[in-house]
Amino acid sequence: MRRWSAIILLSLLLGFPAAVIAADKPYFYPYVNPLEATVMELPSYYQADIPDKVPTKTFSLTVFPDREIPKVFWYEDGLDFSLVYQKEKAPLVFIIAGTGARFNSPKMLNMQKALYQAGYHVISITSPTHMHFIVNASSTMTPGNLYEDAKDVYKVMQLAMDKVKKNIEVSSFHLTGYSLGGIQAAFVSMLDEEKKIFDFERVLLINPPVNLYTSVNILDSMLTENIPGGINNIDSWMDEVMKKLAAAEKKMGYFELSGEYIYKAYKRFPPREDFLASLVGVAFRTDSSNMVFAADVMKGGGFITPTDVTMTNSTALTPFYIVGNRTSFKDYFEDHFVPYFRAKDPSLTEEKMIKMLSLRNIEPYLRSAEKIGLLHNEDDIILAPGEIDYLAELFGSRAKIFPTGGHCGNMNHQDVVDFMVKFFAGQEG
Amino acid sequence: MMVSRKLKLMVLILLMSAAFLSGCSTLPKPGPDSEPAMRQKADLIAEGAQLDIEVYDPIEGFNRGAYRFNYYFDKYLFLPIVSVYQFILPDYAERRVSNFVDNVLEFNNFTNNLLQLKFKETGITLSRFVVNTTVGIAGLWDPATKWGMHRQPEDFGQTLGHYGVGHGPYIVLPVLGPSNLRDTTGLITDAVVFSVAGPPAWVDDDDTTMAFTAVSAVDKRKRTPFRYYGSGSPFEYEQIRMLYTKKRELEIAQ
Repeated sequence: MRRWSAIILLSLLLGFPAAVIAADKPYFYPYVNPLEATVMELPSYYQADIPDKVPTKTFSLTVFPDREIPKVFWYEDGLDFSLVYQKEKAPLVFIIAGTGARFNSPKMLNMQKALYQAGYHVISITSPTHMHFIVNASSTMTPGNLYEDAKDVYKVMQLAMDKVKKNIEVSSFHLTGYSLGGIQAAFVSMLDEEKKIFDFERVLLINPPVNLYTSVNILDSMLTENIPGGINNIDSWMDEVMKKLAAAEKKMGYFELSGEYIYKAYKRFPPREDFLASLVGVAFRTDSSNMVFAADVMKGGGFITPTDVTMTNSTALTPFYIVGNRTSFKDYFEDHFVPYFRAKDPSLTEEKMIKMLSLRNIEPYLRSAEKIGLLHNEDDIILAPGEIDYLAELFGSRAKIFPTGGHCGNMNHQDVVDFMVKFFAGQEG
Repeated sequence: MMVSRKLKLMVLILLMSAAFLSGCSTLPKPGPDSEPAMRQKADLIAEGAQLDIEVYDPIEGFNRGAYRFNYYFDKYLFLPIVSVYQFILPDYAERRVSNFVDNVLEFNNFTNNLLQLKFKETGITLSRFVVNTTVGIAGLWDPATKWGMHRQPEDFGQTLGHYGVGHGPYIVLPVLGPSNLRDTTGLITDAVVFSVAGPPAWVDDDDTTMAFTAVSAVDKRKRTPFRYYGSGSPFEYEQIRMLYTKKRELEIAQ
């Protein structure tokens, strides 16, 4: 009895941190279905407590001063990136966005806020698969080659640092990225071991694929297997979506485009599994067709656009949209990506290139690099069977794997954010 | 009179935008060494198939010009004004402004629900206006929504659609954005009815009406998260055109 009162007194005196009590609370994620976890917005109750606004500046970089940007990309004028800054000297985290995402996508903004709150500067980099990056900053203009993309990202990081160095004082550098940005972070980190420009202290890979080719084919099949008739029936699928929204609106008496509304509608009219999967598939296909168009036009066409044509700011692009949407990643990989790199190095085969796009290809480095950690979910939908076990074994005690959360669905969950922040402080243990 | 001033402003904007507008829509212009693409529409789509993305757009050249004008207008004028507005006013005050604007504009929801003979919705709209104007203190607060009376937005474009008028050619309006012939007609009709028979006529003071028009425009832009070429898609024009058309179909079907 006396011992208990002593403990209570002591904890009161020390202002026993609430975090310790919270840490005992087991991780809970409201969506058990990994597709739901991926698609649905996390209800605000579970979301990490982060500031609404953080001090942010946006800059633009001219990576290739001599590059002439085709007129059809008239709105592209330099690569934008953002800096979230502390007033005092502080460590800096670079974040690489996921497939098709910009430096200021919602997931990026959440990470920026969480890291700012924990005392970091943050520089956010648009994904090399995004049109904006392909047009302004990609040297190959053929995204997906992790080695080449890492060089481009690394160059952008240096230019970005040059641009902001008079604004901030940096004590050390860290690196992270989610999804495709996660696997890219691993390759950038490896490049940095050689160049030593940043000498990253800690590198966190968030929900990376093990093999890029495997994961994008999983995403592609979500579209082809869940829309009856495939992409050529996208219009009737779209009508179906519209009808569902209309029905929900009628029953609920109103409509608004907010996370909360969608959550309410979702609870009352739970969508079918195949519908959720098709949503993921369609979103991915949209990103990938944007990428394919940009990559093709920047290199003079031939794949989905004709060669030697002039496209201006008022050219109708509808036919290319239609073709782009009917071009899978596999089509891009086999008919555009591999031929492009094989023209430079004839020894490259499809099989070799598939192997190159994998964490397994840099396994010895990942095993030995103590600085690299992994944040993942056991039910991530982009992984093939067995891959999560491989990652768990590969990273050992440096892996933090949550049981649920889907693909990046839990990135703004309090427990996940807590882990992320602790990781960069070297206290994740 | 209010209408003429608004008209002058519209003409001015049209003149300003004219500088950006090119003639007709262009197909990619082939050079001497042009080769067809490996993957082509003709090989992938059955002949004669009508796709949603192919919205009727006979004045695409003009529309793309207007779209481009809006991009620059947003970037160099509209959004900077919105930023200043947000910098000056605390969020709390901005929400009061939004509620106030919504409440005044209930007038058009009322007339159009009535025109479509949606009596329940007309009643809800009227009750909302009464409740928010009184309990919500001149519409600065929105207690009606809390009490379960949700907004019932209807405009004259929807009314026309309700009675079977098709959308007609797609039009990108300078400053205002995506529209079509039906909805542009609706927009003008609503604006005229609003100023002749609605709150501006009740107040009958040009300066007040001008101020309201300006504030509501800034407030509306503030509440619209859309940024030109923020989607990261080279096909944004096409996607917006399709989504706008679909969204309006859905709204009309309600």
